[in-house]
Amino acid sequence: MVDALLDPFREPIAQRALLDVALLGVTGGALGCWIVFYELSYSAESLAHALLPGLVAASLLGLPLLLGGLAGALVAALAIALAGRVPEIGRDTAVAVVVTALFGLGVVLAFSPDSPPGIGSLLFGDVLGVSRADVGLAAGLAVLVLGALRLLHGQLLAVGFDRANARALGARPLLADTALLVLVALAILVAVQGLGNLLVVAVLVGPAATARQLARRMVPMMALAAALAIAAGVGGLYLSHYAKTAGGASIAGVIVAGYLAALALRATVPRPAKA
Amino acid sequence: MPPASSDRPPLAEADGLAAGYGAAPVLHGVSFRIGAGDRVAVLGPYGGGKTTLFRVLLGELVPTAGRVSVPARCATVPQTERSRLDYPVSALDVALMGTLARLPWWRRPGRVERREAREALAVVGLETLASESFGELSGGQRQRVLIARALVQDARLLLLDEPFTGVDEPNARRLMALLDRLAGEGRAVMVATHDVEQARMWDLVLCLNGRQIAFGPPAETLSRAVLEATYGGAIVELPGAEGARGILPPHHHHHG
Repeated sequence: MVDALLDPFREPIAQRALLDVALLGVTGGALGCWIVFYELSYSAESLAHALLPGLVAASLLGLPLLLGGLAGALVAALAIALAGRVPEIGRDTAVAVVVTALFGLGVVLAFSPDSPPGIGSLLFGDVLGVSRADVGLAAGLAVLVLGALRLLHGQLLAVGFDRANARALGARPLLADTALLVLVALAILVAVQGLGNLLVVAVLVGPAATARQLARRMVPMMALAAALAIAAGVGGLYLSHYAKTAGGASIAGVIVAGYLAALALRATVPRPAKA
Repeated sequence: MPPASSDRPPLAEADGLAAGYGAAPVLHGVSFRIGAGDRVAVLGPYGGGKTTLFRVLLGELVPTAGRVSVPARCATVPQTERSRLDYPVSALDVALMGTLARLPWWRRPGRVERREAREALAVVGLETLASESFGELSGGQRQRVLIARALVQDARLLLLDEPFTGVDEPNARRLMALLDRLAGEGRAVMVATHDVEQARMWDLVLCLNGRQIAFGPPAETLSRAVLEATYGGAIVELPGAEGARGILPPHHHHHG
């Protein structure tokens, strides 16, 4: 039994994967609660997809992926801002058009005959391929995001609660929105390396959406989401080891299963009635 | 009799105020003076300019013409959007948001602020529900939590947006008593409302319909002519019908 539990993590590669998944889980879970309440899930997914051409270009040119992702995100933001100004197109449509175009461009680049093999991992991630530097980056991200969320907590809570009247309260909606978007962008940039372009949003949105069904206060919700994300990461790695499934996809699958379980729990066990 | 506030320093004052969002002002010709202890009903149809006036008083909207001065600290008691009822905050969390303006943005409220918020919840009669989820409170209780938040802001002028909408009779009475008490403490309350009957019980009435129709004590302002100008004549013709009851009370016709 103990062997069965330890077996998947005997190799240093697997240990690094475990650490990476745990660090990204803490970050994604805590940050995800704000993504859910600020209704940024669609934006987060769009951003992740839109920076694919940047990642592929960096990979083809032999540049650091982080740099490519950053450039990709900037291009995407600019393109969305410009497309959003065309009066006949709504903002939603503008985002969809830009993101689909950029994502398509990324796929075309990634699967051209000249592309090196293994570039598909940018799409689906390669948890078991993360380097020491990747883990270090994930640790840095976790410290940064948790620290920023701690400092911004009051602002985020007030703006998310009542955006229309936040300024009258002395809160700063622009600060809260900008800081949150920057944190989300950073989290995607870092997490996309291990989890892949298509699955990174699962860690950012899934555990938070699950925790929302179960917790009633923001801080416990963030803690629960982080714990759920770590559990899903570890569970996904086990699944990947024993079922021989892809790492990132296994983790995403466990996250979705957790969400469905929480929904079922909410439906069968009503919250205690209040006087 | 002139408004009782005219001999005291005003908490809010407007003179020829106009405000709006585009070329044409939503509201113009607004002049009033509100002092400590005044309870003011702000009457008017939807789109009549009540919300615009509140936004000007809160400093969120700059007047396009005229002058406005709000020397008192001013706070809003808004309606709660239904979509926010599952937001993960307690009544105490909401009351604590009243400390945001005086703390640096990175500071979280400490023991002093928490005690203050609990005291404010006690003033509105909700000390025992401080740790309840805000969204699970009744409509009247939510209004009182938001009033507690305004008290934590140390507001002397409270702007309430339709606070009695969807509130049952006992809670409405409790809310009314609370507003009376706040006015008695030297604060002023401005209540946007549709309820003319209720407006009669207040110190001052401000009638808005794109412009100021009237301002003064209810006995002077709530005439048939003013109400017709405020709400449009058609509504006055249906005093007994559902929905119009609150706009024009039947007995009004005897001396209107």
